Amino acid sequence: MDIHEYQAKKILSGFGVEIPRGGIAYSSENAENKAREIGGSKWVVKAQIHSGARGKAGGIIVCNSSLEVAQATDKLLGKKLVTNQTGPEGKIVNRVYIEEATDIRKELYLGLVFDRSSECIMVVASTEGGMSVEEISQKKPESIIRSKIEAAVGMQKFQAREIAFGLGIKPELISRTADAIIGCYRAFSELDATMVEVNPLVISEQEQILALDCKMSFDNNALFRRNQVSELRDKTQENVNEVYASDRGLNYVSLDGNIGNIINGAGLAMASMDMIKLAGGEPANFLDVGGGATPEKIVKAFKLILMDKKVKVILVNIFAGINRCDWVAEGIIQALQKIEINMPLIIRLAGTNVEKGNKILKESKINYIEATTLEDAANKAVKALKELTK
Amino acid sequence: MTILIDEKTKIIVQGFTGKIGSFHSDEMIKYGSNIVGGVTPGKGGQTHLGLPVFNTVKDAVKNTGACASVLFVPPAFAADSAMEAADAGIKTCVAITDGIPSHDMIKIKRYMRRYSKSEKMTLIGPNCAGVISPGKALLGIMPGHIYKEGSVGIIGRSGTLGYEAAQQLKNLGIGISTSVGIGGDPINGSSFKDIIEKFEEDKNTEIILMIGEIGGPQEVAAGKFAKENMTKPVVAYIAGLTAPKGRVMGHAGAIVSAYGESAVEKVELLQECGVIISKNPSIMGDTVKQVLNGKKN
Repeated sequence: MDIHEYQAKKILSGFGVEIPRGGIAYSSENAENKAREIGGSKWVVKAQIHSGARGKAGGIIVCNSSLEVAQATDKLLGKKLVTNQTGPEGKIVNRVYIEEATDIRKELYLGLVFDRSSECIMVVASTEGGMSVEEISQKKPESIIRSKIEAAVGMQKFQAREIAFGLGIKPELISRTADAIIGCYRAFSELDATMVEVNPLVISEQEQILALDCKMSFDNNALFRRNQVSELRDKTQENVNEVYASDRGLNYVSLDGNIGNIINGAGLAMASMDMIKLAGGEPANFLDVGGGATPEKIVKAFKLILMDKKVKVILVNIFAGINRCDWVAEGIIQALQKIEINMPLIIRLAGTNVEKGNKILKESKINYIEATTLEDAANKAVKALKELTK
Repeated sequence: MTILIDEKTKIIVQGFTGKIGSFHSDEMIKYGSNIVGGVTPGKGGQTHLGLPVFNTVKDAVKNTGACASVLFVPPAFAADSAMEAADAGIKTCVAITDGIPSHDMIKIKRYMRRYSKSEKMTLIGPNCAGVISPGKALLGIMPGHIYKEGSVGIIGRSGTLGYEAAQQLKNLGIGISTSVGIGGDPINGSSFKDIIEKFEEDKNTEIILMIGEIGGPQEVAAGKFAKENMTKPVVAYIAGLTAPKGRVMGHAGAIVSAYGESAVEKVELLQECGVIISKNPSIMGDTVKQVLNGKKN
């Protein structure tokens, strides 16, 4: 789960990391008042969307008066911002963050992630803040400092100091920089985060160490014990169909193609999508209804797929294990009594009682194309699609 | 011979009396697994499915001599149960549970470092289908009848895609020595490398089929290990050709976040290690058959 910049900063601030003064606003009037409250003569209005690279997309506006703050807010609120991370549909700006402008002396990069090779928490830091980490590793790989932290013991002060010295921080500021790094580490480990990225972490002209921008993601599997984090979820930043799916216990990812998929198991789902691609088609989605493929889940899955207007053909691929194909077939028939599908439907069943399952489908009134193997199913889906567009 | 389990392996079920635990225990018993009891804290002394229930894993091990366990414990308590198994001297523990937080997995693995190599428990999973040695024993949730006994060692992340492979092999008349599901989580108990190493040592396994997917370094690490240390051929299929970067594809671990983690890159890196690639999931069985035929000629 992702959260907004201002939420991430508030969390960091709770772990002793300094942040510039700021406040959230939902209207221009609101924003103008915030600017006055914050004081000073220069502010930054920042669009709050779940994406980086907002600056280049016009989502960050520097203002020299409270009137400009109001105007910038008006310009951003309600707008769909398209960055290189949002996809062409963009993300809607429903709130802006008003922040005092910072006089930047030096921009640094600080990121924390899981390292799957060593199964430790990896701190990545660089003197080249402001660029994305991918860009840094291409342009300035020598500037990158990595430090593995043993999660059971936690980050030690010497490790944080080493990173700070490695970044060329001057001696007077080392201790405070190390504290900021430890604060980020604690936020990561104590809140079940999967990513904390402060980019940039800046040294201001007044020699403060400030988190100027921050991104955080959390482990969905741990949200059950992180109520304060799960409350920060903003569904307006997620794909509508993906929200519908996750609210109903389905694993769904929206994609650009037009062949809708209903599959049981994540691996089999990816494999079926691969087959569609190899057959010359493009999948409209990833959808795992779970190993069991219960009738309830299948009904929900059909509803979900039909919400996606791109879908022209539907492919169902269920490998029945302990749940049997005859039972899955009954589930499909039940689902199709509740939902009308006006497009080609390809069904491939495999596993336990496959003959029985196929017989039940054949004897029912549903209109579908039977497929035997993964390859057969994908070929038939692509063929059905081509016939539609003839 | 097989790896990890056979018909003699004494097994206990953690989370024995729950709905899911009961259902799958029954299935395992029907398959022929040597289930000797179960653990549900607070229900010790009761009998369930005709078998004794214990309060702690230690009690169960002491009274039954069990050396393997299978875990059907809810995510919030699963890490605790896995560590309890390790502490009680269980040698192979399969965690079926889906949804264990990554931070908890790191904790389990750190906890297990206190044991010497010979005393250390092999943890399989979590979020996996388990282990099956066809004709001998099932320690998991696979449909046993699609697995034919034979000499192919299967290791994969996904449950249903593993079933697909077993079915393809069975249709070709090819059997399996052991099939191991290591699960779809980013931090897991045993890696691809850990398992292929066991298959290399198993005299009944002739060839290994590795079913990987996008995300993480494990498939390539196994490929490198195979290149340097293995005599048996390794066939691999990597799922997720169409997966966009940075999105989680169902399995928490199936996310491309660095170089070498996409399906195309993994295939290239594996080929460099001499691993034979099944280019699509429909020909996993055929690819294994070709390699086996080539070996015999």
